[in-house]
Amino acid sequence: MIIYGTAMVAFCYFAGSIIGELLGKVLGVSANVGGVGFAMLLLLLVTERILPEQKIRPATKQGITYWQGMYLSVTIAMAASQNVFQALKGGMFAILAGVLAVGVSISLIPLINRLTGDRQFKTGERT
Amino acid sequence: MMRTVLSYIEELLISNDLVTSFLVVGICTLFASQISKRLFKGRVHASAIAIALALLASGLAGAVTGGSKGVADLPVLSGIGILGSSMFRDFAIVSTVYGASFSEFKKCGLTGGISLFAGVITSYFVGVAVALAMGYRDVTSLATLGAGTVTFIVGPVTGAALGADSVVIALGIAAGLIKSIVVMVITPFVAKRIGLTTPKTAMIYGGLVGSVSGISAGLTAVDPELVPYGAMTATFYTGLGCLLCPSILYGAACLIFG
Repeated sequence: MIIYGTAMVAFCYFAGSIIGELLGKVLGVSANVGGVGFAMLLLLLVTERILPEQKIRPATKQGITYWQGMYLSVTIAMAASQNVFQALKGGMFAILAGVLAVGVSISLIPLINRLTGDRQFKTGERT
Repeated sequence: MMRTVLSYIEELLISNDLVTSFLVVGICTLFASQISKRLFKGRVHASAIAIALALLASGLAGAVTGGSKGVADLPVLSGIGILGSSMFRDFAIVSTVYGASFSEFKKCGLTGGISLFAGVITSYFVGVAVALAMGYRDVTSLATLGAGTVTFIVGPVTGAALGADSVVIALGIAAGLIKSIVVMVITPFVAKRIGLTTPKTAMIYGGLVGSVSGISAGLTAVDPELVPYGAMTATFYTGLGCLLCPSILYGAACLIFG
């Protein structure tokens, strides 16, 4: 059943946000700390470690991969509902700070990549 | 006659908002892929064009409606706001991890953590430096603007904690928004030059830049297989920012500028 796959994602989504919420409380932060990240780890654990590959039926997989496929469309809808006008109205500070922050951060990628050992993994190697 | 047909269609689209958004996003994607093929001969990825067009549309819509949700403030397109909500975004992001490799995450976990700290601190101080250059001198405003540059969620959280002026908080939010827009637009163009081709660099990228919206949209246009790796670290960024900005980083600003 396709819904099993989708429900599995939903379960991990909620479990992850609860963990993130609790972590936020523990750290005294008024935000969800990594809820989506924990949800992802959980889904990965369930699909890769707990349920062996052959146990997951093709239909169940479709319930997950459909949403993977819809991801781009969600992203486009998200971009279309950003508050772009307000952001541009923020003026020089907003534009300068936003652009420079991205520029400086991105330029650090090769540095951190080298500092932490140049282990190259290709995406094609995923199991 | 024509008028009644049009108002019937309008009503139909509005009362079925989410279904409308499927149709509209589908048409936009088709349009973007045609532009990519014909105008750019495939050199600019269709999803990058679609996202750029979406941002443009939301800017125009914001100017017309004066609202805060881009095209979703137009009644006919309100479904776009549902499809593009953080609920759908996060749900879809979680699903992208299926098929990714757990061992990859484990191997690069430490690297991801390092880049998270480096990313929050870098963005914060870039924001503080720009604020200084623009003439801000009080530490509360500097810290709030720095935090806003981290992400548009960390800004108001920090500003509220420090009791910053609401104008300054709004300015910080704008900086965070610009940051995520810039990430969405430029990522596909700089990906090759910064070596954004492996899960590891995607995780570093997510940790350094942080904006979940920006990272996820940017990486989609580069290589959809990299999305879960970048998104994974990026989802911890805002939390870490909320942790560091009102505390240690505010303290650091006090020491330097206080």
